Amino acid sequence: MSENKEPRRSAEPDPDRITAPQPPPPQPADADIERPEEGDVAFATSLDTAGGAMRPSAVPVSAQSGTLPGAEDTDSVLRKIFTGNGIVTLLAVLLALILGGLLIASTDKVVAATSTYLFARPTDFLTAVWSAATGSYVALFQGSVFNPRGSGVGGQFAPLMETLTIATPLITAGLGVALAFRAGLFNIGAQGQIIMAGILAAWVGFALDLPMGLHLLLVLLAGIVGGAVWGGLVGLLKAKTGAHEVIVTIMFNYIALYLVRYLLDTPAFQRPGEATPISPILDVAAVYPQIFGSQYRLHIGFLLAIAATVFVSWLLNRSTIGFEFRAVGANPKAALTAGINVPRATILVMTIAGGLAGLAGVAQVAGTEKVLTDGVAATYGFDAITVALLGRSTPWGTFAAGVLFGAFRAGAVQMQIQTGTPIDIVLVVQSLIVLFIAAPPLVRAIFGLNPRKKKAAPAGKSQKAAATGGAA
Amino acid sequence: MSTTAIPPVPGKPVQAQTGTPRADKNHKQTVSAKPVTWKLPVTLLALAVVAFIFFGLMGPQSTARFGISSGGDFFQLPAIEVPAFPAGIVLSVAMLGLAGYAMFLKTKNARPPRWLPAVFTVLFVVAFLIWVVGGARTPSISLAGLIAGSVTLAVPIVFGSLSGVLCERAGVVNIAIEGQLLGGAFTAAIVASMTDNPYLGLLAAAVAGALVSMVLAVFSIKYVVNQIIVGVVLNVLISGLTGFLFSTVMQANKEMFNSPGRLPIIEIPVLSSIPVLGPILFKQSVVGYLMYVAVIVVWIGLFKTKWGLRVRSVGEHPQAADTLGIKVNATRFWNVTLGGAVAGIGGSFFTLVAIDSFTKEISGGRGFIALAAMILGRWNPIGAFFAALLFGFADNLQSIVTIIGTPVPSQFMAMLPYLVTVFAVAGLVGRSRPPAASGIPYVKG
Repeated sequence: MSENKEPRRSAEPDPDRITAPQPPPPQPADADIERPEEGDVAFATSLDTAGGAMRPSAVPVSAQSGTLPGAEDTDSVLRKIFTGNGIVTLLAVLLALILGGLLIASTDKVVAATSTYLFARPTDFLTAVWSAATGSYVALFQGSVFNPRGSGVGGQFAPLMETLTIATPLITAGLGVALAFRAGLFNIGAQGQIIMAGILAAWVGFALDLPMGLHLLLVLLAGIVGGAVWGGLVGLLKAKTGAHEVIVTIMFNYIALYLVRYLLDTPAFQRPGEATPISPILDVAAVYPQIFGSQYRLHIGFLLAIAATVFVSWLLNRSTIGFEFRAVGANPKAALTAGINVPRATILVMTIAGGLAGLAGVAQVAGTEKVLTDGVAATYGFDAITVALLGRSTPWGTFAAGVLFGAFRAGAVQMQIQTGTPIDIVLVVQSLIVLFIAAPPLVRAIFGLNPRKKKAAPAGKSQKAAATGGAA
Repeated sequence: MSTTAIPPVPGKPVQAQTGTPRADKNHKQTVSAKPVTWKLPVTLLALAVVAFIFFGLMGPQSTARFGISSGGDFFQLPAIEVPAFPAGIVLSVAMLGLAGYAMFLKTKNARPPRWLPAVFTVLFVVAFLIWVVGGARTPSISLAGLIAGSVTLAVPIVFGSLSGVLCERAGVVNIAIEGQLLGGAFTAAIVASMTDNPYLGLLAAAVAGALVSMVLAVFSIKYVVNQIIVGVVLNVLISGLTGFLFSTVMQANKEMFNSPGRLPIIEIPVLSSIPVLGPILFKQSVVGYLMYVAVIVVWIGLFKTKWGLRVRSVGEHPQAADTLGIKVNATRFWNVTLGGAVAGIGGSFFTLVAIDSFTKEISGGRGFIALAAMILGRWNPIGAFFAALLFGFADNLQSIVTIIGTPVPSQFMAMLPYLVTVFAVAGLVGRSRPPAASGIPYVKG
């Protein structure tokens, strides 16, 4: 994570400290929460080098001059690569896919048949397991990235376009969740924010009659405002009454859902002559243009998602407000002491987060669906949470995670058609990935990469080191 | 809560609640007396005015009829007939009076008594009920049926909120109640089908709930992952897992895997004929009786035993508990596991009592409602029980008023419990005070 400017602990014992031991620096007891992405690697290796005898240096690596003698021997570099966040992420994805594959295989009919004569011909069984799992994953890949049976290059890459289309709301809603995470708030309410945005955007889209351009702009604004108000309300309640945002957002999700159901029952929203709860189709002037022509569903909402990622990246890393958000997220009391208006930051961050989720709502009604139904948010709001967690709450991490989960979603449809594997497997794999990523020591232990094993560090400390990789 | 709260544990300092509770660990401030705020009086006044305008002035000019006795009752009571308009006026004026009393107390800087919000809630619910029934096409409902149905719908919510209480009292936030309910429901269905024995299904549900909880415990205690994250992800995991197995295993062979028998309704002979109360207390399935037992046992366990004192101390001040030789993380682990087992039993209600088969997402978000019930009940088993009943009542009322036909759209009726929760969390309950160390991992040293 590039924007983590927090001090890294040195990987090297400080010579001064060996001769003249100083009183140990006060360890913040809740370091595990407040330094989510801090390199547990560096900490762990520092325990290694010092043999557990040394307190980690309080001087940030960036502030130390010169190269650290002996720190860069090949062994430690290799271990850093293999125990770093990147590799843990990769291994977590791999592990989740393996477990998902085993789950698919365990319910496969051929596997069940071959398992009856497992000891007579084990190869049959293993082949069946392999083909069941890989068959599903190949279908998943073909449905999400590249389909060799497609007609022409356009047809072959159609799945990729579908992936990006589905990734669009995931990215923007995920950014909303991630931004709130960074300010220490659990925004479980992306679902409701998407719905509220969808309601407003759709109404502007089909009820008004405006010229090209202006109409779409109003739809976009209405959606963002809808989401922002719904999110900001949560921030307001949190800041003014202390109501816990997790509960409030969950409740707001249901309220929004029943509101859209009610509205779709009223003449103002229901399509004339239609018994089902569905709105009229949005005006032509009110929908997103498609990027690569009408053969793909991919619309300019995806470009807006990229723009939103850039915006959030700038907001968090380069703006004063973003600094305030991060400060509040790291330690609200310290932020308050430093003169940051914590209630204001809470309301503001939830408003912006809601606006980002609102962008996802617009992408749904003005881009992908072009109508409003009560399923406008599908499960994007909930998936956004896992997207943000997988992206470790960084803007570009969220972007990548959104694309990955978009691929899962798009491919799962194809997988179910081709191999009969239910879409639900995607939920399993997604949640396993996030679980594993949240607990790097577990992943490293499974793959035998735990640096702890090499030299025995005191158990309590290594556990604390493990803790730093935990929270989002 | 700031205005009305009596801390759940007497004699323990009241902790000032600020911002995210996660960061409060080292910054405890103890204040002897919190100032009385305007929040409660103003909320009550607003609600009373709403009640006066809608239930009173704009109330229907009909007579609402509430049947009390059902056919087979021990003795018959006549139905209550309430003229809706005068009743609405009287009740809303009483509410205005209560709100005024709360305001009067505020001007004296005195705390309103604890019964005040409770009485207000009861009055509001009664006035609302009379208004809804009076405005219906057929202004007559069976009160006994309404209440019995509410209790039935509340069963899984009660179990879920007890699970939440057990976990949070020990300092672990349990967002995974939904997953535990769902896991319990699924396992109960599959085991009961395979063994042809619903009681084994019930047992298996408890085990499944405990297993889900153990994942939560291991990740949040051993790997110190943020508890809310683990909970959220676990819900997705269980939803995906049960959905996957439902589509592949259960759908393929319904006879074998998805036809659990129902748990029989056990009727206690004479007692079950008591009007209104009889069916609620003495005409339940095993799960229903277990619910009453669980509420009482958990309450006694938490507040009257040595074990409960230890659990609560771990949830309030783990360092102090550790100093006294209580194994903090072990206590947490087993409490979370126990909570999961309780929620698992609640989940079995879906597949062994309510419906006799499993479907995807059968728990339908009740785990989250249970979470709200726990907060509304202020982390107290008995409070959570009554809060869950309120949710069951709203749920049941919604389906009943759709049948009798009211001017209120059913979607708004469905929305009501969630709105009430937001109100409660933000207004009436205010700064609700969770166990001080809830959500904060404990790392020794």
